[in-house]
Amino acid sequence: MIAVELRKLFRRPRTWITIALLNSLPVLVAVLLKVTDLAPRPGEGPAFLSAVLTNGTLFPLAALAIVLPLFLPIAVAVVAGDSVAGEAQGGTLRYLLARPAGRTRLLVAKLVAIVVFVLVTVVIVAAVGYVVGTALFEVQSLGATTAVSGTSLTPEQVAGRTLLSIGYVTISMLGVAAFAMFFSTLTDSPQLATLGALAVLIGSSLLFTLDAASDIAPYLPTRYWLSFVDFFRDPIQWRNVARGLGLQAVYVVVLLGAAWANFTTKDITS
Amino acid sequence: MSGTVIATHGLRKAYGAVRAVDGIDLDVRAGDIYGFLGANGSGKTTTVRMLLGLVLPTAGTVEVLGRPIPKAAREVLPGVGALIEGPAAYGPLSGTANLSLLDAAGPGGSRRTRKARIAEVLEQVGLGGGGKRAVRGYSLGMRQRLGLAGALLRRPDLLVLDEPTNGLDPQGIHEIRLLLLDLHRTGTTIFVSSHLLAEIEQLATRVGVLDRGRMVLQDDLATLTAPTGATVVTTTDPAQAARVLGDRVLTSDGERLVVRGSDPAEVNTALVGAGVPVTGLVLQRPTLEEVVLAAATGSGDRVAA
Ligand SMILES: Nc1ncnc2c1ncn2[C@@H]1O[C@H](COP(=O)(O)OP(=O)(O)O)[C@@H](O)[C@H]1O
Ligand SMILES: [Mg+2]
Repeated sequence: MIAVELRKLFRRPRTWITIALLNSLPVLVAVLLKVTDLAPRPGEGPAFLSAVLTNGTLFPLAALAIVLPLFLPIAVAVVAGDSVAGEAQGGTLRYLLARPAGRTRLLVAKLVAIVVFVLVTVVIVAAVGYVVGTALFEVQSLGATTAVSGTSLTPEQVAGRTLLSIGYVTISMLGVAAFAMFFSTLTDSPQLATLGALAVLIGSSLLFTLDAASDIAPYLPTRYWLSFVDFFRDPIQWRNVARGLGLQAVYVVVLLGAAWANFTTKDITS
Repeated sequence: MSGTVIATHGLRKAYGAVRAVDGIDLDVRAGDIYGFLGANGSGKTTTVRMLLGLVLPTAGTVEVLGRPIPKAAREVLPGVGALIEGPAAYGPLSGTANLSLLDAAGPGGSRRTRKARIAEVLEQVGLGGGGKRAVRGYSLGMRQRLGLAGALLRRPDLLVLDEPTNGLDPQGIHEIRLLLLDLHRTGTTIFVSSHLLAEIEQLATRVGVLDRGRMVLQDDLATLTAPTGATVVTTTDPAQAARVLGDRVLTSDGERLVVRGSDPAEVNTALVGAGVPVTGLVLQRPTLEEVVLAAATGSGDRVAA
């Protein structure tokens, strides 16, 4: 069943178009930086971008930071929002369940496929970022990379912490996926499910900037998304990362539980 | 396989105030071609969905192949092939790829035999050459055939087909009928719903009639259309025939007389002996349409003011 869902997802042209589009923005940014030589000052613009002109190996992280606020969650919301509602709209859901695929199994298989999609997407963004970054910008072959906190990191440390960041960004996206998947079991319209998840994220981002919402800020799903920057402090600051992981876990468990409760008891009339 | 294949008791489904299915007791036996007849909106699809565990009944029970649904769906449904309210497939993928995914999506479809089974069912439904093409380019008739191929993929003991000839041309309908009769001969029990009387009459051995969610009739087709005990006579001299037969004439309509008596030969002898020319002579049987119209009250789509 999981293999079936993976085949469906990755044989679909749309999946690859989404991933390609997602990579176009960081590549465009890299080209513009190269041509103009105008990097944002430290502390401005997307994280890590100020440093890439002098160290191309940091560009995978800059690429992640560039797609993280909007492009990546949109891609995840589209795929996860489509998961159940897309099958309902196309009529294939009734045939899958009459096969019988099993409602819980189907949901789990969809979830695994989405996780794989997120991971593949994030890894491709980082890989394309690495290729583009090292091709266009200087690479400090011997020297150390300067950590956000000012001390130096060896290339091995940078590689390891980049992997940690990839994992953290993937997990951050699972919260988005859980929202979209839950909505996807509520409606037969994949567009509606995707929009619902995006509305949650946009609302969350907006509230985060509002002082009046500071009491609920720690619980907003987007609150700790950028905390992967903390992997590049010396030593690594785990506090926000751990909170981010905990928060995503709660969202994922609650929303997927709700999705399961709804999907396993509902009439399939699509 | 013997005995009861589908049994429902007091099966009911309410959507809010709408009673889509209102307490039906289906009784489908092994070897039947069960024609499930009803106007549009009478509840056929809702019933089919409940048989397959897609819609959960408001009340009543469902048993398929002797096991409760939806409880035993995982054991039962691999042996059931289904078409539910029109076919559905993934447009960008080929017919073959669609069948392969469907087969892999549940239990009871051996991977080793998959390719051979797919080729076989595509041939069987008349799509032998079209399997490689993307479903997006299929006509409605081809999609219907592909849906049927999906239903046949695991050589099911029971086929549940909801309006299987929708979208097919007369030639296609004829082909599908022959295919179903063929499957029936090799032991498959077939439950087929339709709003087309003629279709059911040509196919079914047993008939259930749904009228606005209620079952108004369920019996063997042969019993429903059994001779009425009258003979239909056609003659070029109806006046003379009426004089000869006297009060045995039940009704007359132009050259056509309905005469009491279940022995056409005897009627013939009486008429010919009196010099009345007889051009047609047959035992009277009610058509399925007459039986159904007598039992049902109107079109399910009609909404009372
Ligand atoms: N999901 C639904 N919500 C509300 N009413 C429905 C739903 N599905 C079917 N109905 C109603 O139930 C009745 C039976 O529908 P259906 O089973 O599709 O009939 P048929 O297949 O015989 O045409 C109709 O009146 C229809 O409007
Ligand atoms: Mg119907």
